[in-house]
Amino acid sequence: MSSVSKYFSGLFTGIKSLLFGMSVTWKELWTKKVTRQYPENRATLVISDRWRSELTMPHDANNEHACTACGICEMNCPNGTIKVISQMIETEDGKKKKSLDRYTWDLGMCTFCNLCVITCPSNAIKFENTFENAVFTREKLKQQLNREGSKLREKKKEQPATPKE
Amino acid sequence: MILNYSQPLEVTNLTSWLDATLRSSMPEFWVLLIEFVLVGVAFLAAYAVIALILIYAERKITAFFQARFGPNRVGKWGLLQSVADMIKILLKEIIKINRSDRFLFFTAPFFMIVASMATFGAIAFGKGLHAIDFNIGVLYVTAVSSLGIIGVLLAGWSSNNKYSMIGAMRSGAQFVSYELSAGFALMTIVVLAGTMQFSTMIEDQRYCWNLFNGHISSLIAFIIYLISGHAETNRGPFDLPEAESELTAGYHTEYSGLQFGFYYLAEYLNMFIIASIATAVFLGGYMPVQIKGWDAFNGIMEYIPSYVWFFGKTGVLIFLSLWVRWSFPRLRIDQLLNLEWKYLLPINLVNIVVMVILVLSGLTLKDLLPSFF
Repeated sequence: MSSVSKYFSGLFTGIKSLLFGMSVTWKELWTKKVTRQYPENRATLVISDRWRSELTMPHDANNEHACTACGICEMNCPNGTIKVISQMIETEDGKKKKSLDRYTWDLGMCTFCNLCVITCPSNAIKFENTFENAVFTREKLKQQLNREGSKLREKKKEQPATPKE
Repeated sequence: MILNYSQPLEVTNLTSWLDATLRSSMPEFWVLLIEFVLVGVAFLAAYAVIALILIYAERKITAFFQARFGPNRVGKWGLLQSVADMIKILLKEIIKINRSDRFLFFTAPFFMIVASMATFGAIAFGKGLHAIDFNIGVLYVTAVSSLGIIGVLLAGWSSNNKYSMIGAMRSGAQFVSYELSAGFALMTIVVLAGTMQFSTMIEDQRYCWNLFNGHISSLIAFIIYLISGHAETNRGPFDLPEAESELTAGYHTEYSGLQFGFYYLAEYLNMFIIASIATAVFLGGYMPVQIKGWDAFNGIMEYIPSYVWFFGKTGVLIFLSLWVRWSFPRLRIDQLLNLEWKYLLPINLVNIVVMVILVLSGLTLKDLLPSFF
């Protein structure tokens, strides 16, 4: 190819590709906008279930939780955000037993590593995806997870597990 | 007088009434003084307001090209966003840079703004909305608009910052190169129109825009003018003087507050000025769309005020410039100079000869089809 024809073919292929580029952006101008406007779209907002932003202790209808106050979560927490404060209580049959008094968690110190949930032997705690946790003072980030007056869910002794047949 | 009734929305009515009232009560000297001051104030206000509108429009259109919403929180549809930005920029501190050339550093933004303001004054916004109408209008505009590059070079030199310096040198190389093409493209049309005065040029385009009158040659000149005008304003794919990935912000890296605001304002106004010169020279300026023989149609078109036509045509060209800006990747400095010196300039030189042949041998559209145009 001679240099002259190279010059002109280069010029025209250049113009062609520029016009093609402009046609692409022209189509893009009329596409649907992808921006999601956050505070307005709360009703339709979908946050993944795997998103970890708040530690909770599920309570059932009888205000009972599954925490035995063993303290494994507290030991596993790399930042020391969890404090399990236990007390000794006496059961009806006169035995002394460790029981949960207060379970506190500091959101401000937490790295959401999930180690506490993984190591919990009785699945008493879990992470929720409620992410709107902003408050005005740090003190408010310290939360107590067990509810007032709640107690440990008793193992159902009256119904022993049916033996396998 | 009949024109006044047929075109009730023209600003000429207001200005001629004002002139008559002033003249009836004052000697000529004071009349002229007051009118000059009024024109100056009107231009300064228009300069700021147009820049604000352009900034808003650019941000919105940019967002639409990128499938975003753009500013939509300050006021309805974000309409007050650029006003809020202006207030912010006015309140910011002007930082004194150590070991910079203090005097040049402070004068540089004024070169920029004065050059762009002086060009702005020569634009015909509508019938009677034309502050300076030289008989060498085109020459004046090309000469004065290139003063701005002195501001850029001074800013780069006086900042005592290597990024600013490289940005300014790139900008200088770019501006000097593309000034040539822009000038030649305008010259092509001057050959066709036979005048350099904007008002006569626009009046001659009543039935046939220069873009159609010189057909092939005009079209090439138009495209070259748009490309080189785009490059002169340091925007779009030609924004390598302020390529933020390499040079932070180029020549205005060290500027803050109002001084940065000057550069920002001048950049947007230069875009407007390029578009409005292209409108006046190629697209018939403030002339409404008129077709020879269709008197009823022409009458209706005349009823729309001339400044609406001007801003409409300019707006289309500004949109084109934004479209280009968000379509193409940035050029390298060697590609930039190749495009100018190997493509645009030779094509331009051939084009101007073609235009001379077209005009001399009577092959323009007006000569070929005199009954239509």
